Amino acid sequence: MAINLKELVKKDIKFTSGQRLCTGCGPALMAKWTMLAAADYNVAMSSATCCVEISSVVFPMSSWKVSWYHNAFENAGAVIGGIEATYKALKRKGKMDKEFKFIAMGGDGGTYDIGLQSLSGMAERGHNALYICYDNNAYMNTGIQRSGATPKYAWTTTSYVGDAYQGKQQRRKDLVSIMAAHDIPYVAQASIGYWRDYMTKVQKALATPGPSFITVYAPCWRGWRSEANATVELGRLAVQTNYWPLFEVVDGKWQMTYTPRETKPLAEFLKPQGRFSHLFKPGGEPLMADFQNEVDFKWDQLQRRVKSSL
Amino acid sequence: MTIAEKPVRQRKVVGLTGDGAAADAMMQIDPDQVAAYPITPQTEIVERFAEYVANGDVNTEFVAVESEHSALSACCGGSAAGGRVMTCTSSQGLALMHEELYIAAGNRLPIIMPMVNRTLSAPINIHGDHSDSMASRDAAWIQLFCADAQEVYDTTIMAVRIGEHPEVMLPVMICFDGFNVSHDMERVAMLAKEEVQEFVGEFKPLINMLDTENPISIGALVLPQFFFEHKLSMIKALEGSVNYISEIFAEFGKLSGRPQSIVESYGMEDAEVAVVALSGIAGTAQWTAMQLREKGIKAGVVRPRVYRPFPAAEIIAALKGVKAVAVVEKAAAPGAAGAPIFSDLCTAMFSMDKRPKMVNYVTGLGGRDTSSAQYTAVFERLQAIAAGGPIGQTLSYIGARE
Amino acid sequence: MSKIYEVKVGTLPTVDEIPLGGIIPSNGNAILNKTGTWRTQRPILNRDACTDCLLCWLHCPDNSIIVQEGKVVAIDADHCKGCGICSAECGAKPVKAMTMAQGGRYEASETFAKSTL
Repeated sequence: MAINLKELVKKDIKFTSGQRLCTGCGPALMAKWTMLAAADYNVAMSSATCCVEISSVVFPMSSWKVSWYHNAFENAGAVIGGIEATYKALKRKGKMDKEFKFIAMGGDGGTYDIGLQSLSGMAERGHNALYICYDNNAYMNTGIQRSGATPKYAWTTTSYVGDAYQGKQQRRKDLVSIMAAHDIPYVAQASIGYWRDYMTKVQKALATPGPSFITVYAPCWRGWRSEANATVELGRLAVQTNYWPLFEVVDGKWQMTYTPRETKPLAEFLKPQGRFSHLFKPGGEPLMADFQNEVDFKWDQLQRRVKSSL
Repeated sequence: MTIAEKPVRQRKVVGLTGDGAAADAMMQIDPDQVAAYPITPQTEIVERFAEYVANGDVNTEFVAVESEHSALSACCGGSAAGGRVMTCTSSQGLALMHEELYIAAGNRLPIIMPMVNRTLSAPINIHGDHSDSMASRDAAWIQLFCADAQEVYDTTIMAVRIGEHPEVMLPVMICFDGFNVSHDMERVAMLAKEEVQEFVGEFKPLINMLDTENPISIGALVLPQFFFEHKLSMIKALEGSVNYISEIFAEFGKLSGRPQSIVESYGMEDAEVAVVALSGIAGTAQWTAMQLREKGIKAGVVRPRVYRPFPAAEIIAALKGVKAVAVVEKAAAPGAAGAPIFSDLCTAMFSMDKRPKMVNYVTGLGGRDTSSAQYTAVFERLQAIAAGGPIGQTLSYIGARE
Repeated sequence: MSKIYEVKVGTLPTVDEIPLGGIIPSNGNAILNKTGTWRTQRPILNRDACTDCLLCWLHCPDNSIIVQEGKVVAIDADHCKGCGICSAECGAKPVKAMTMAQGGRYEASETFAKSTL
């Protein structure tokens, strides 16, 4: 399906307005673009407990126009596996004549940490489903607590910046690599700053039989202490500073989907975010240098993988 | 040909353990999906069913999940997608899926689960007591208890109709004792697969995510102004299910030739002293009562086969005329005034003008056997109480080296 | 009769009126929720400067840019939360077609702001 704004604008967006996400919410864009990318399919979804879930279906209102199941926090992967398994059984018995796409959706909290087991199980068993992790870098739903996806040094409400410790003390988990190590046919990293890249990846994943996994950087300006209108720009700067590269792993082959012509300085991405303000104060230089080292390390690691995939 | 006219020769009598009976019932039910994780003493159910899957004896999608929490999560997904789904577990597995139990019931998904009673850690112990299912008694699941492999087979089949009844729509667990029932080989009279298929019928889901004409949202945030009514709606369905359980028990009784009762009674027509106990341990109590009757002692045993919803009316009716009752149970409620069944029964009887004297025993934790001699001592104490003696301690423990 | 049905927004159902499992149709009735009251700033559409690139429509998290026949015609005043992403992403150069003004309430003269409910 072509991704053409003139065509997309005619589609019924199956994630309506009236949802209670914050103004300027990055994950809201993820949900909207997922529904647009999947507009031509019958879709059934499972959702972890997360910002999008808690804000989109508040009895008696639903923002969804597709079947959607929120069960618990850590099991979007297991639930979508069960939905898909019954679908297969019904199809095999001749009781189901429709084609369906199965999409699980969760934040970084419900995916990197508490949800890792059930996501891994879903991938290992080969369920035909796409798991989308929208990464806003913390447990935002419950008030900005640190997750395994939170970057090192970030201020959160469980990793404050104080005299003894300055923000999160650990590097973030590399979940994309973990999922690629499951040898599933399609894994990708995307960003709200690049809408066409994201929608292309969603469509590619939906067209790929078997388990697929996409993580999409979905800035939360509230939790990052920025401005409501900065969401998309932050999603772009993350990519342009090499902090959040755009790539995919197709049948084990790592390939870039976008490489910035010129890498912007990391400070340009971090400065608009109050959660990193201590990196710009006196004494913040070693933290900034360490952060840059981590970005460089991960970029080099990625480029080596891309090179060895050629 | 109606079920009544079908030749009985298609049925068979086989030697099965409790686990085997559960697996064979599942095989004949042939659900759309089974998502399960192994744990002693449930493992034989999963293994035996997996063999049926591999041989093509069932059309079931078998999902070998990576934990019990995911087992029930996948079952919830599968049931919500309009499938008939089953799982099975024990002990730590039941505990691990604890939040999912409440969610399955709250979502009103008719998931059917043979549940082999094994004690909850710590300490770790793989043998049978009822602490696992008792810990889940408030999850709004229908809890049925089986005393032997035959009952496991019968009850698993009936459970499908009970859970899926449009006025019930609740998940059901079929509980039976770890090892004493799950691993003991017994004689089981099986129906023909066609009869089971006819009895359970084709699943007509009321909740179906895959209906493209009517997509649904499950799992909304329900704020205080709506929550209470949601919960009460589920509670009323659970409480009301006892009538449908009776109907389905009666229907199965006619089909199988084995009458099914919500409460099984032995010697209760004229009993003066009685023991109330669930599942396997009631057998020893019954054997003891039989010996005592030969000595002229009017002893009886009441064995509820349904624990949730609590069949108060049926148990009270069974205890009519009894002077002293001992509720003997295989689970403690640490720190509580009484163990679970005792608490339920006393509550049910509290406002009665005339009621028997009641005492409570906890026995057999961690799979320890309760002997006939120990039950004799219980009945003797009940006799003394019935004769006007002091009640003494409300709650005692049988056979612990105190 | 389905046991799953829409519960009218604004009503307080009794125990017997709760749909099975609290399950509701996925019919997008959340659209009845007026998030437009949240605004503390509001987008101003300059139709003359607009090139209909549709980036504002795409980037609005609340589907509040109304497009008809490929043209940006209005702002959904009932749902726009005033984030300003439309303005930030506006593709018109050198003058943006979408700018933000202080205050959430639209003036009567700002006819590009429409109530949709």
